[in-house]
Amino acid sequence: MSPVMTTESLFSAQFEAFIREKEDRSPAWLQRVRQMAFNRFQQMGFPTMEDEEWRFTPIHPITDTDFVPASAAPVAITVGQLEPFQFAGMEYSQIVFVNGRYSPELTCLHPLPKGVQVGSLAAHLSDDPDTADTYLARFAAQDTHAFAALNTAFMDDGAFVYIPRSVVVEEPIRLLFVSATENAPTVSHPRVLVVAGANSRCSLIESYVGVQRDVYLTNAVTEIVVGENAVVDHYKTQRESMDAYHVSYTHAQLSRNANFRSHSITLGGGLVRNDVYALLNGEGIDCTLNGLYLVNGRRLVDNHTTLDHARPHCSSHQIYKGVLDEHGRGVFNGKIYVRQDAQKTDAKQTNQALLLSDNAQINTKPQLEIFADDVKCTHGATVGQLDADQLFYLRARGIDREDARSLLIHAFAMDILDRIQIEALRRALDEVMLAQLPKPH
Amino acid sequence: MLEIRNLRARVEGKEILKGINLTVNAGEVHAIMGPNGSGKSTLARVIAGHEDYEVTEGEVLYNGVNLLEMEPEERAQEGIFLAFQYPVEIPGVNNSYFLKAALNAIRKHRGQEELDAMEFLALVREKMKLLEMDNTLLQRPVNEGFSGGEKKRNEIFQMSVLEPKLALLDETDSGLDIDALKIVANGVNSLRSPERAFVVVTHYQRLLNYIVPDIVHVMADGRIVRSGGKELALELEEKGYGWIEETEKAALVNA
Ligand SMILES: Nc1ncnc2c1ncn2[C@@H]1O[C@H](COP(=O)(O)OP(=O)(O)OP(=O)(O)O)[C@@H](O)[C@H]1O
Ligand SMILES: [Mg+2]
Repeated sequence: MSPVMTTESLFSAQFEAFIREKEDRSPAWLQRVRQMAFNRFQQMGFPTMEDEEWRFTPIHPITDTDFVPASAAPVAITVGQLEPFQFAGMEYSQIVFVNGRYSPELTCLHPLPKGVQVGSLAAHLSDDPDTADTYLARFAAQDTHAFAALNTAFMDDGAFVYIPRSVVVEEPIRLLFVSATENAPTVSHPRVLVVAGANSRCSLIESYVGVQRDVYLTNAVTEIVVGENAVVDHYKTQRESMDAYHVSYTHAQLSRNANFRSHSITLGGGLVRNDVYALLNGEGIDCTLNGLYLVNGRRLVDNHTTLDHARPHCSSHQIYKGVLDEHGRGVFNGKIYVRQDAQKTDAKQTNQALLLSDNAQINTKPQLEIFADDVKCTHGATVGQLDADQLFYLRARGIDREDARSLLIHAFAMDILDRIQIEALRRALDEVMLAQLPKPH
Repeated sequence: MLEIRNLRARVEGKEILKGINLTVNAGEVHAIMGPNGSGKSTLARVIAGHEDYEVTEGEVLYNGVNLLEMEPEERAQEGIFLAFQYPVEIPGVNNSYFLKAALNAIRKHRGQEELDAMEFLALVREKMKLLEMDNTLLQRPVNEGFSGGEKKRNEIFQMSVLEPKLALLDETDSGLDIDALKIVANGVNSLRSPERAFVVVTHYQRLLNYIVPDIVHVMADGRIVRSGGKELALELEEKGYGWIEETEKAALVNA
């Protein structure tokens, strides 16, 4: 008779095997980081709904599943299977990962400016362990966030992007994480490290996709280090399988005069939790965190954002919108910290949810903690249904009810996509979104 | 074309229309005047099919069929057009896209071919010229950030593109300067034909100099209390609504 396995003990067994396997292949510091992160994970355990940060997001579907490590269950993905996830009418370099593992066959990198590195994190860890040591796992909240700790413990492969100082990369760089399972549900812990040097400029598209209707867990952590006066546009597009679990933690470390714009577009996943944390750690930073999520069925999407204003004269802009249909559930928690030193902070947060059914539900909580006195902070949340006057106006012109509804829902969501600077990306996302929004019957 | 018999309607439990009788024939222009809150817009919205209003009694026939059973979009597709007293702003919906969708929904209903982008543009250009509309308005979200006058003009512009059979204009003249008023009236008059009818709600006789009505009605407290020729509007302008109320009371006392 075998004892009942908890998910924690399941991961313990996996971790022991993993750390042993890596013993001869990884630098000592990395093994140490992994071990410490795992110890921390064990202390914390998985969050429960007693935990303030997880109050509305039951994760038992994750903790009730016996995941096998994705690396132990390799699958073959063809270029054709990725076709639906590509963007027409634009040029971009693309590095592809299958179940968290770098895939040289599927990767296609265009010539990049001198010194720019786009590659597999695993390769980078073995080739250039010192720069990895400087940045990797220095920022993400592996001490407070159980999933981030777990990712750090199992940190192995993922993407590494390095833009040297003053280099401008014109074409977007796309990091594509593909998941597929064959038998048992799998778990992968992809890790991304982006270092953008001072005065550099780049656009990143970080995508998570599922090629079929599978159950799996993607537990991702991304660290983005933005140097002085650098401009980074970050797009996270998520089209996981509708039955998949997706937990992600993104940390942006911003230096003086940096401009960081992040857009998180959540179209897939059955149970989704995104944390985005931006530390504004220099003067004159401009930071944008926008998001759009669509939920239907019994899916749940939870977005937690934190804007940490640590230094004076920075501004942040944030707008998150959700469209919730059927029994879909949404959670939005937006924290803004303004530290004592962060005078003249200008922070604006907006959160809007559109409920299309009586059974859809949203829990939203702005959380402002302000310790400086000369600041401008505003937040507003609206939760509502489609505007009856607008609907009537459209119908009174001959547009039938369902078309009028679609038109208004699309307009609501498009407000976020319109903020995407890359036109081809915007168009591609709009197309996917249109296919997913409630359609006229 | 339109026959309203003893129409009673309420909103939020409050009776607003208290027995309206009105017949509008093709080719006619009717004006409805009356004090604030008398129910003029309510009548227009009930005809257009607004769901907030509950009809408790009476009937509305449109070319012989029961209008009250039709959805708002069906009424529009059948040729009813309401120019809103307060046109609604719709952020994110492009004016031109919206109008094309509306026109094609109506054309489809009539069994006509849908217009493609080029054909639509040609049509719209011509109508914009007629209404001296700024081209940029077409590319902006519906009514969003439009001035009061621009919104009103946009209503008439939509009307001239959609070519309805029965147009209800709810205070389209309010807030227009004299030049804009002439342009709007011109837009309306260009559509006048023996097959079309107009119901024009207004507070000002001024508009009726340009859109000359066949019949003027005065509404008070949810009823049409007087109907007459275009002189009635002049008389109202001179003596005010009080005059009607006085004579109403006198009539009641005498009865
Ligand atoms: N949706 C509504 N909810 C509550 N009351 C309403 C609603 N619509 C109209 N009413 C009320 O019905 C009455 C008639 O309003 P209506 O808009 O029809 O008047 P009107 O004659 O058009 O006035 P005005 O000349 O000011 O435009 C008013 O007392 C108004 O407050
Ligand atoms: Mg009115």
